[in-house]
Amino acid sequence: MMTGVAEDEDKWLAAGIAGLQQNAFYMHRAMDSNNLRDALKYSAQMLSELRTSKLSPHKYYELYMRAFDELRKLEMFFKEETRRGCSIVDLYELVQHAGNILPRLYLLCTVGSVYIKSKEAPAKDILKDLVEMCRGIQHPLRGLFLRSYLSQLSRDKLPDIGSEYEGDADTITDAVEFVIQNFTEMNKLWVRMQHQGPAREKERREKERSELRDLVGKNLHVLSQIEGIDLDMYKDTVLPRILEQVVNCKDEIAQYYLMDCIIQVFPDEYHLQTLEVLLSAFPQLQASVDIKTVLSQLMERLASYAALSSEVLPEFLQVEAFSKLNSAIGKVIEAQPDMPVVGAVTLCSSLLKFSLHVHPDRLDYADQVLGSCVKQLSGKGKIEDSKATKQIVALLSAPLEKYNNVVTALKLSNYPCVMEYLDNETNKVMATVIIQNIMKNNTHISTADKVEALFELIKGLIKDLDETLHDEVDEDDFKEEQCSVARLIQMLHNEDPEEMFKIICVVKKHILTGGPKRLSFTVPPLVFNSLKLVRRLQGQEENPFGDDESTSTKKIFQLLNQIVEALSSIPAPDLALRLYLQCAEAANDCDLEPVAYEFFTQAYIIYEEEISDSRAQVTAMHLIIGTLQRMHVFGVENRDTLTHKATGYSAKLLKKPDQCRAVYACSHLFWVDDQDNLKDGERVLLCLKRALRIANAAQQMSNATRGSTGSVMLFVEILNKYIYFFEKGNPQITVASIQSLMELITTEMQSDTTTQDPAADAFFASTLRYIQFQKQKGGAISEKYGTIKLSDS
Amino acid sequence: MLVPGKIQHIICTGNLCIKEVHDYLKTLCPDLHITRGEYDEETRYPETKTLTIGQFKLGLCHGHQVIPWGDLDSLAMLQRQLDVDILVTGHTHQFTAYKHEGGVVINPGSATGAYSSITYDVNPSFVLMDIDGLRVVVYVYELIDGEVKVDKIDFKKTTTTTAH
Repeated sequence: MMTGVAEDEDKWLAAGIAGLQQNAFYMHRAMDSNNLRDALKYSAQMLSELRTSKLSPHKYYELYMRAFDELRKLEMFFKEETRRGCSIVDLYELVQHAGNILPRLYLLCTVGSVYIKSKEAPAKDILKDLVEMCRGIQHPLRGLFLRSYLSQLSRDKLPDIGSEYEGDADTITDAVEFVIQNFTEMNKLWVRMQHQGPAREKERREKERSELRDLVGKNLHVLSQIEGIDLDMYKDTVLPRILEQVVNCKDEIAQYYLMDCIIQVFPDEYHLQTLEVLLSAFPQLQASVDIKTVLSQLMERLASYAALSSEVLPEFLQVEAFSKLNSAIGKVIEAQPDMPVVGAVTLCSSLLKFSLHVHPDRLDYADQVLGSCVKQLSGKGKIEDSKATKQIVALLSAPLEKYNNVVTALKLSNYPCVMEYLDNETNKVMATVIIQNIMKNNTHISTADKVEALFELIKGLIKDLDETLHDEVDEDDFKEEQCSVARLIQMLHNEDPEEMFKIICVVKKHILTGGPKRLSFTVPPLVFNSLKLVRRLQGQEENPFGDDESTSTKKIFQLLNQIVEALSSIPAPDLALRLYLQCAEAANDCDLEPVAYEFFTQAYIIYEEEISDSRAQVTAMHLIIGTLQRMHVFGVENRDTLTHKATGYSAKLLKKPDQCRAVYACSHLFWVDDQDNLKDGERVLLCLKRALRIANAAQQMSNATRGSTGSVMLFVEILNKYIYFFEKGNPQITVASIQSLMELITTEMQSDTTTQDPAADAFFASTLRYIQFQKQKGGAISEKYGTIKLSDS
Repeated sequence: MLVPGKIQHIICTGNLCIKEVHDYLKTLCPDLHITRGEYDEETRYPETKTLTIGQFKLGLCHGHQVIPWGDLDSLAMLQRQLDVDILVTGHTHQFTAYKHEGGVVINPGSATGAYSSITYDVNPSFVLMDIDGLRVVVYVYELIDGEVKVDKIDFKKTTTTTAH
């Protein structure tokens, strides 16, 4: 059915245009022969097409535009006529003889335009006459276009100050009166459209109304362009009159559009100075009007205005903008108890942004806004509406973005209260936003109190907020979250060791509530941050007169022990072992032998009881041996115990090659370069010999199981170790032993039963090259090697 | 410099720790070579790796496997074992570059300046290598007291140490 109507409309439009064009043709002919009577006759006929009721606003507009163009030519013709001697007053009277009222009024306005330009009468009188005559058309659509025509014609002919049509002392009042009257009448017509026709077509009517709204709004624009209107006039006359019409029309569409129009069209300075009056209109509007959007617009404009120049700021203070806006919002919310949560939050959000821009130093204002938000949300539990949630996130993000400093946001007492209303998912999102803000701005969170407050805020990431299992949590997302918490922990710093220690304690307290899933992310950064503190304190000697309360490396190590221990709840033995060894080395650097020994013990226990994967054991051994090799704090007994254990573990690794390598690595435990009392040549050799035995055993095993003796790689490695200790001056390692090992390898390589291994060959070759190079070097080293014989290969 | 397309190869000694860093490096250059550090969550990285770039054979290893940690002679042994001209290792978080008759041993240091039990006051650093024929120029970038300092070291390979 609708398409049928549209098709019909196109037909009627086409017919209307045809009629219009035909009459226009005759009108032109009449004008060309200076035939006034005929020109009037045909123009009236032409304008009759605009009397139609059959067209929608969109189509009517097309017809109107063509008529408009024709009327321009007619206007020029009228002007010519007056030059030829026709009296404008007579012409003004003559056109009123047109049969139908609509054409009559279009013609009257057109003549009126020429009349005003002739200045034979004051502009104000003609305008007054015209605006009242237009009352003759009460049909909404036709009336709107007619008055729009009047508006267009009159725009440049208003008796504004400084214009050529300026009148007497009341000239501005006259101009304003004219425009406001036209505006008022147009609005009435526009509103009347709402109630024309059956209820079922309401949607269509509203759409049509929307298409016409700019015709009404244009009047406000014209008002804003009138030079003679100053702030006082705007305040005393213009605004009150407009608002009166807006409120009294009681039409939702008009009210929303016009309030928005007022805000867009008049200068921000005016809004500031008339804030109270403007705001007082809002509670008087229809309940269904989307006030929050308009109010938000207003606040945003004012915020931008403030941002333009700081000179403007005192004005804001002088008019008490913030408190007026604050109470206006309160009144609006009060007046609409059914307003959905998203509405109230949006209002708070806009006010907050306003406050942040206009009064950035007034944290109390910001906190006040957050407080009203909390009040609005109270009693509602966690917010489910996603739009409202988004607004809350926008609200909470605003201070972060403004100050680029989370610490400032932490000062807002109501901030965490607002966060409470977010559902768990969104809470985590907000927490991530906060952390990202810290990272981006490199914010220094320097005291334990602030860290405490911060971790309370981000608790959604730190621990499970409710008991229900979160199977829906995406693993990658979870990891990303936890990594950002880890980064945060790494960033915490204070130059004062006392304060830093307090910070570490606070963080520890929080992360220990995180549960097994989170600890492997949060423990390492805390451990390393703590070790950094240890290093800082290292230089300072223990003050014998210092009180027990002060931070000491011992205290930090106690804390570290507890922190690493927490990993056992996951369990994460590999990680725990690594961290214990890190702590041991740090304790070593602090000369705390019992502490270092304790950490080693813990590491060893984990190795014995919890690390069973062969590959993991090999890596663990590298770390244990590597760390132990660097320890200087241990006395003979402790060192012996730990070394003995380490070599024992090494010999018990599953695969023979791994055993061999670990055992010869242990040789370094008996020879530490910078400590003469730790150079036990005999035990070094014992290790190397043991490694050789294992290498041999590996060969035999290989022979037994595969029929060939495997590669000589291990032997070459051990040879290199012999060389290493030989060069270091281990008296137990002689040139002869090196020589015989070389011969052993050569023989093995040449044997049929040995697996060919190019890598081993290359290694051996480069080893020989090295020896050769050392021989030829000259000096002490050359002498050492003196008697060695290298084969030709 | 650190934008996609400028670097042909990335050689990484390990301890990137999380996949995110691995992915980031891959965006700079798809030819990423990496060995396993003790804190890497990816357990499939190899313990050692060798590759050839131009006339040079390079070896890569995190370094916690070479005891004593940071000891040049032990590292030279690994270099002989891998049979490479340039050995790149890490673990100590301290930039070093040694030239000896067997070739070059480079430690690019820690790119993030992370804590190390071995080195005090770690300065973030990384190395850029420019390999051209038989010559390699090593540029080291270090962040010291907020300023980036660049140093360069030249190595020329003699043909006797080439292919075996």
